[in-house]
Amino acid sequence: MEKIGVIDYGMGNLHSLGKALERVAGNQRIVISYDPEELIACDRLVLPGVGGVKAAMNELRRLELNQMVIEASRKRPLLGICLGMQVLLDRSEENGGVPALGLIPGDVIRFPDPPRDAVERLKVPHMGWNRVRQSRPQGAPHVIWAGIPDDSWFYFVHSYHAAPVQAEHVLGEAEYTKTFAAAVARDNIVGFQFHPEKSQSVGLKLLGNFAHWNGESR
Amino acid sequence: MLAKRVIPCLDINAGRVVKGVKFEDLRDAGDPVEVARRYDAQGADELVFLDITASSDDRPTLFKTVEAVASAIFIPLTVGGGVRTCADVRALLSAGADKVSINTSAVLRPDFVTEASDRYGVQCIVVAIDAKRVSKKGQPPRWEIFTHGGRKATGLDAIDWASLMVSKGAGELLVTSMDRDGTKSGYDNELLRAITDAVPVPVIASGGVGTLEHLEQGLSLGGADAVLAASIFHSGQHTVGEAKQYLTRHGVTVRSPVPLAVTI
Repeated sequence: MEKIGVIDYGMGNLHSLGKALERVAGNQRIVISYDPEELIACDRLVLPGVGGVKAAMNELRRLELNQMVIEASRKRPLLGICLGMQVLLDRSEENGGVPALGLIPGDVIRFPDPPRDAVERLKVPHMGWNRVRQSRPQGAPHVIWAGIPDDSWFYFVHSYHAAPVQAEHVLGEAEYTKTFAAAVARDNIVGFQFHPEKSQSVGLKLLGNFAHWNGESR
Repeated sequence: MLAKRVIPCLDINAGRVVKGVKFEDLRDAGDPVEVARRYDAQGADELVFLDITASSDDRPTLFKTVEAVASAIFIPLTVGGGVRTCADVRALLSAGADKVSINTSAVLRPDFVTEASDRYGVQCIVVAIDAKRVSKKGQPPRWEIFTHGGRKATGLDAIDWASLMVSKGAGELLVTSMDRDGTKSGYDNELLRAITDAVPVPVIASGGVGTLEHLEQGLSLGGADAVLAASIFHSGQHTVGEAKQYLTRHGVTVRSPVPLAVTI
């Protein structure tokens, strides 16, 4: 039986994610664990997370999960969600600047505070539903988007966003004060800034795509 | 572009959805899981649960209800009512709530908001503000904060209070007009505008919706980021879908859910 491992490093509540994966994973078993050995034995891995990046990196290190994630990311499909996506990049400017896992070249930066005289004030955190435009670096969207209409709505809650160095690592974009990377991808790694487990049917569809993904981009 | 949110509010009493006027004359409005599923299917962007028996000791029932609903829907769920300690916050989040709404406890001890948001993140801490207009006609408008379901005056200015709560770590404010609640005469848009102009976090408008036009006014006149309503949805007067169609026709950006067959 194939297994999807959900990395439980104390950064957020895994209830909804676990339930959502159970809904879409078919015959696979969902393993929620902080044990590196148990997780590395899974066929796919999900790195969730809410909160601050410093605490997240500290916990990953303390539980010896950072090396496991890097190791696992060489071979099998890996999905980062929200803060779990942000730590896939080189570095985050949150908490005064924190080095992250470095699996996708680029930084995580804060949304600019809105100017005081702005006509419509845009608030930080970016909280709520926004549309995601699917990138087409090779003319067609990544297979992870299969069956999902372009510009579908997803649920976001965040103050920082990924800024990948290479355009080819941008999997999808959204608009909030500017165009930003709402999803990233590199080889067998994907990351979503939004919460698919909170994004109703399109979110479940996307999680289902990951649950059956072989790690190829097309 | 970020969509404005439409949020049905469910009052929960002893494991059931109830409706009543100002917490009186409670009538059964169904099983929470069924009601939540219905609103999810209609395109609700989020759900708010208010435990109206919070002062009683029926917490285990609430946790069970939250768990059952959180397993059935895949949109954000906020739970409020009687949240007093970080242990309460943790228990609700573990039961499947995405956000927790704090009201009376924030007034009693504002630092509780900081403790909760430091520990669980600002994104899951909503502060509920119940405000009543205290200025006379002709005077500059002024609102005060009330606690204990609107029964207890605090002497706190609502606008100052909103700013203080954000500085203490509230990630979102749920602003209810006690004057309008249950009246179906529309939100207190002056109150909403005063608060939305004063704080840099999202504001949910609450209290007084009787028509779809009221929803639109809370967003345009009040400047709210989300509109909460109970009776217009519970009574069957309107579906969430109708509300969104109305808002779309009036130039408001709302999420249009795409029904997708999900591989199971």
